[in-house]
Amino acid sequence: MSVLAKKEELRLLSGNEAVARGAFEAGVKVASAYPGTPSTEILENFVRYEGVYAEWAPNEKVAVEVAIGASMGGVRALAAMKHVGVNVAADPIFTVSYTGVRGGLVIVTADDPELHSSQNEQDNRHYAVAAKIPMLEPSDSFEAKEFTLLAFELSERFDTPVFLRTTTRISHAKGVVRLGEPSGPAFAPGFTPDPAKWVMLPLNAKRRHVVVEERTKALREFAETWDGNRIEWGDRSLGIITSGVSYEYVKEAFPDASVLKIGLAWPLPDRLFREFAAGVSRVVVVEELDPHLEIHVKALGIPAQGKELIPIVGELDPRIVRQAITGEAIPVRAPEAVPPRPPNLCPGCPHRGLFFALKKLKVTVTGDIGCSTLAALPPLGAMDTCICMGASIGNAHGMEKALGRDGAGKVVSVIGDSTFLHSGVTGLMNVVYNRGASTVILLDNDITAMTGAQQNPATGKTLHGEPTRRTDLPALCRALGVDHVYTVNPHDMKRTEAVLRREVARPEPSVIITKAPCALLPEHRRKKRPVYEVIADLCTGCKACSRLGCPAIEWVPFTPEEAVAAGKKATQKGMARISPLLCDGCNQCPPLCKFQAILEKKP
Amino acid sequence: MSVPKGDVFLAGVGGQGTLLASEVLCDAFLLSGFDVKKSEVHGMAQRGGSVTTHLRFGPKVFSPLIEPGKADLLIAFEMIEALRFAHYLRPGGAMVVNAQEIFPPSVATGQERYPQDAAERLRAVTDRLHMVDALAAALSMREVRAVNIVLVGAASHFLPLPEAAYEEAMKARLPEGIVAVNVQAFRAGRALLQPA
Repeated sequence: MSVLAKKEELRLLSGNEAVARGAFEAGVKVASAYPGTPSTEILENFVRYEGVYAEWAPNEKVAVEVAIGASMGGVRALAAMKHVGVNVAADPIFTVSYTGVRGGLVIVTADDPELHSSQNEQDNRHYAVAAKIPMLEPSDSFEAKEFTLLAFELSERFDTPVFLRTTTRISHAKGVVRLGEPSGPAFAPGFTPDPAKWVMLPLNAKRRHVVVEERTKALREFAETWDGNRIEWGDRSLGIITSGVSYEYVKEAFPDASVLKIGLAWPLPDRLFREFAAGVSRVVVVEELDPHLEIHVKALGIPAQGKELIPIVGELDPRIVRQAITGEAIPVRAPEAVPPRPPNLCPGCPHRGLFFALKKLKVTVTGDIGCSTLAALPPLGAMDTCICMGASIGNAHGMEKALGRDGAGKVVSVIGDSTFLHSGVTGLMNVVYNRGASTVILLDNDITAMTGAQQNPATGKTLHGEPTRRTDLPALCRALGVDHVYTVNPHDMKRTEAVLRREVARPEPSVIITKAPCALLPEHRRKKRPVYEVIADLCTGCKACSRLGCPAIEWVPFTPEEAVAAGKKATQKGMARISPLLCDGCNQCPPLCKFQAILEKKP
Repeated sequence: MSVPKGDVFLAGVGGQGTLLASEVLCDAFLLSGFDVKKSEVHGMAQRGGSVTTHLRFGPKVFSPLIEPGKADLLIAFEMIEALRFAHYLRPGGAMVVNAQEIFPPSVATGQERYPQDAAERLRAVTDRLHMVDALAAALSMREVRAVNIVLVGAASHFLPLPEAAYEEAMKARLPEGIVAVNVQAFRAGRALLQPA
C-alpha cells in the first residue's frame, strides 16, 4: 500500500475503531452491545459519529434482539459482543438466520484466543456453521473496515444476518485504514408486515429453513469468486491455507510460499480449495484454535496437514508458525526468572474491603465475571468458583441444595452490579422461588469496571451520556421476594463484617449491597482524598496491613543489621511503607494496624 | 532509498501510560510515511498487571506481533518488566529502561525481594542498555503522569524519525490542554540521553 499517497484519508485505527468506522460508512442507524473484552471499543467509537443511535444493552441477547428489531424496521443495525456473549445471544441468532433481514444486520463476535481477558477460548466460527449464517473474517484493521461495509451489503443482498469475526489481535491491534464517505441502504425505514417471514411459527419456520439452505448454496457460489478468498501464488512447494490474523503471521514467516487466504470463514469455497491444492505439492492449514478450515479441506479429500503441526491452544505468532512448519527451532534467549505481576484490584478498590471481611467468615464463595474475580488471587484468595456471567447465584443455590443442612450458612455468592443486571436477576428469582437461603453479595461500584468504565442500567446514564432512570437495585431485589436487603460501605470493613455474619447465618435469602464507587471513576479521582503513611517508629512489621494485598502497601525487608540501624529489634524482618504515588486514601488499612502506625499524611 | 523497518517492544505496569506512549509513537511513524501496526491487550491485564505493546514499522508490515529475539528496541517503564521481556530483544538491540521499582504483589507482601541485581542482569542482555530516571524527570515537572512521554523522548534517539514528527503527533493526538506539558516531557526525556 502506498502510504505516502493520500495521507489525509489514512488513519491508524484499531480493529474495533475500524469496525465502528465501517458501520458509520455503511449508514448503520442502530447499534446495541454489552461491553466485553476485546469488543468494547466498537460501540464506544461508533457512538461518537453524528446521527447514529447506540446503546449498552443489559446483555448480549437483548443487544441482538434490539438490532433485529431495527433491521425489521428497515435500517442497518449492528450488535457487538465478545465470543462468550454469542452464547448468551445464541437463541435469537439461530432464528433470525431463518427470518432473514430487511435493513442489513451484522453481528460482531470478538474472540479471545490466548484468553487475555476471558474465561474460555471458544472458536466462534462454529456458530456460523451451526446457525447457517455467513461469517466474514478480516486479517487487519484495513480489512476490518472494508469487511464491515461488505457485511451490510451481503446481508441485504442474501437476506441474511452476517457475522463479522475478529480476534484480540485484530480488535486491539492498530493498522492503517482508508476512510470513505458514509452511504446507506437504498430504501426508506418502515416495517412491512409479512408473517411468513417474521412470525416463526413451526409452519412458517419450516418453509424458511428451505430458504436458508438455498441461501447457503448461493453464498457458496459467492465464496468461489469473491476476491477476499484469493490465491497468492508463490513457491509451489508449500501451499498454506489460512484466514484472519494467522494470514499476517504466515506472510511474515513464509513470504515466498503460495497462500490461499480465506476472508469468508463460512460458507467455504470447495472449488477454490481444490484448485489451490492441485497447484502446490504440500498443503498446510494455519489457523488459530479449532481446525475449522482443516476439517472442511480434509472432507474434500485433500491431503493436508493442520493441527498435527499447528497448536490448537492459545494464539499463534510468526515464530510459532515457522517452527511448526519447518520443524526448526530458532534459538532465543530464555526468559529471565522474575517475580510474576498478575493483574490486581486497584489501590482504593471497594471490592478489597468486602473480600477482606468475607475471608474471615471462612465460607465458600461462588464468584462471577468482573474485576471482583481478581479477589481469587493471593493474598485475598477469597473466591472459590467462577464460570460465566451471572453464574454465581445459581452455583451457590445448587451447592446449598447439594449440601443440605450441612451447607447452611456456609456458601455465599458475589456478583457485580452490571453482571447482576446482565444475568444474575433470574438466578436470584430462582433462589426465592425455590425456597433457598442464599446470601447474595451485590458489589455496586456504579459502573461496569473491568471493561474500562461503561454505563449500565443502574448507573443512571446512557452510552450517549444522557441522564436516564436508574434501576433501583434494592427495590429490584425486594420485588423478587428478598425480604432482607441491606446496603453497606465496604471501606468500613468492621461494619461490613458484622452485617455479613448476621446475614450468612439467616435461614432466608438475603442480599447485601456493598456500595462505593470504582476507584478509577473520574468523579472519584477528581475528589480530594487523603494519603496515608506508615509511621516508621511505630511499625512492628506484623504484616496485618500487607494481607490486604493493596498495591500501595509495600514491604521493606530488613537484614538484622538494617533492623538495628532502623531502631528495631534485630529479629524484625522488615516494615511496611505506603507509596504516596499509589495510595488512594480509602482508609481500609489504618484500622487494621493495632499499633496505630498508619496515619493520614500531613501536607 | 529503502524505507527503514523496525520492531519496538514496550513493557510496563498497568496504569503507567504505555498505551498513550505507543499511540504517540505510532502516529509519529504514520505522519512520517511509514506503514505501522501495533498490538496490545486491554481488559483484565490492565489492572496493575504486566502490560506490553508490540509496535512494528516499515514499508509494509504484516504481523502485529513481534517475535521473541527480534525487537530492535525495548522501552521498559519498570525494571522487572524490562527483565521479563528482555528475551524479545534481538542480539545487539537497544534498551531504554526507566530505573523505577514498582513492587509486584509477592514483593509488596514480603514473600520475596525485589531483584537487587536487576540492572546488572539487564546489562548482561545488551551493552546498549540505557537506564534513565523518567520518574524524577516527570516529578521535576510536577506531572507524574508524564513518565511515559519522558521515556518516548529518551527512546527517540534510537528511532529513525525527526523530533518534529513526535511533536506533530502529540499535537494531533492529545487534548489541547496537555500538549505543552507533554512536548516539554518529550524534550526532557530526549535530553536524558546522548544521540546514538
